[in-house]
Amino acid sequence: MHPFRYLAAHSIDEAVAALAQYGSRARAIAGGTDLLVQLRAGRYELDAVVDVKHVPELTALTWKGGALTIGAAAPCFAVYEDEAIAGAFPGIIDGASIIGGIQVQSRASLGGNLCNAAPSGDAICPLIVHGAIAHIAGPKGKRTLPVGQVPTGPGRNALGEGEFLVAIELPALAKGFGAAYQRFTPRNEMDIAVAGVASAVTLDGAGHIASASIALASVGPTPIVAADAAASLVGKAPSAASFAEAGHIAAREARPITDMRGTEVQRRKLVSVLTRRTLEQAVARATGANA
Amino acid sequence: MSQAPVEKVRIRCTINGQPADFLSAPYVSLLEALRESAELTGTKEGCNDGNCGACTVNLNGRIVDSCLVLAAEADGATIETVEGIAPPEGLHPLQQAFLEEAALQCGICTPGFLVAAKALLEREPDADEHRIRHWLAGNLCRCTGYVQIVDAVQKAQGVLRQG
Repeated sequence: MHPFRYLAAHSIDEAVAALAQYGSRARAIAGGTDLLVQLRAGRYELDAVVDVKHVPELTALTWKGGALTIGAAAPCFAVYEDEAIAGAFPGIIDGASIIGGIQVQSRASLGGNLCNAAPSGDAICPLIVHGAIAHIAGPKGKRTLPVGQVPTGPGRNALGEGEFLVAIELPALAKGFGAAYQRFTPRNEMDIAVAGVASAVTLDGAGHIASASIALASVGPTPIVAADAAASLVGKAPSAASFAEAGHIAAREARPITDMRGTEVQRRKLVSVLTRRTLEQAVARATGANA
Repeated sequence: MSQAPVEKVRIRCTINGQPADFLSAPYVSLLEALRESAELTGTKEGCNDGNCGACTVNLNGRIVDSCLVLAAEADGATIETVEGIAPPEGLHPLQQAFLEEAALQCGICTPGFLVAAKALLEREPDADEHRIRHWLAGNLCRCTGYVQIVDAVQKAQGVLRQG
């Protein structure tokens, strides 16, 4: 492996300065579960990694009203073992609790999963359907982006040189909101999604779907927002027929490839089934049913 | 562009209850530093990319793949490796049970399984078989087929429950 320096930052300013010193030859390291594998495989070379886990904002879990800000480097276990987060955001936990195995979950973070921008990233689609906001810091100051705009291609993200993700903000949930994420893998744990779907619904006082959001994993170069499938649900009562229709539309919105993990046809079918199932689970959660 | 060579960094940490102080290149893994610098070769390298769990160690109370941790990140850490799990005399109940249940063959995966299983039984003494299998999903064994390993963990669980 190409030799690189290790710089531990203790504040956002320190991290910005350290990254600026090495330009495109440095990257922030959170859990390192993707970064170190990629460095070892020779995907790219770095002269420095900047450890951001000692920056307080990067691991903090902060509530403000009903909104939750998750530090970009907070490990998965810290998110899914937090009872308040698990109670309020089960759809986020669905993704956070299936990334790798226990060892990886000790280190890997939602922020890292987002920035790594694998089409199969299990944390990303749940964040999208929650309307999460990425908080970014860099040499020109701070900015925000909707999380769905962070991945720009397989392994590529919208961060500019010297920028890093500080935190992910989950807005307070509307009344009647429910969300769920499911994926298909041959093995239950330690596997990469052949396809995954996150769905969110907000029910109105009459129990009809006031709004919906659906995001698809592992069926395109980036997570895909299935806007037509979500729109097809608005104004309808939750039903097997409306969920099945949304599934068929989502399958058409997917842009899967055939590779070692699955064929294009299989992936479209999986999107259809997983859309229906996650909508059922999202509605059950929105209505307080135990799901 | 010529760069100054990357200097080694000093790592001060606690390994298996003992203070450790050694130099390591900052870009090597904790796995490599444990084996090469700290001379603790019980921790094994399997895949070296976070899939097999053979290099599992306990880092600040959480199990991690030591191949996916930089040695430099271990400065100030508390680490337990397989060398630290046995009492001064004899074996840990998990080690004894692995022997009795034939839960190992080639042995490369065994240190990782032992460290991972110990962490589970300390956190969740009553973990059922499903939970044990889920917890150990990050550890691969290509010899036993896992049945003997799960049996051994459950046997050790019984011993530990009796105190």
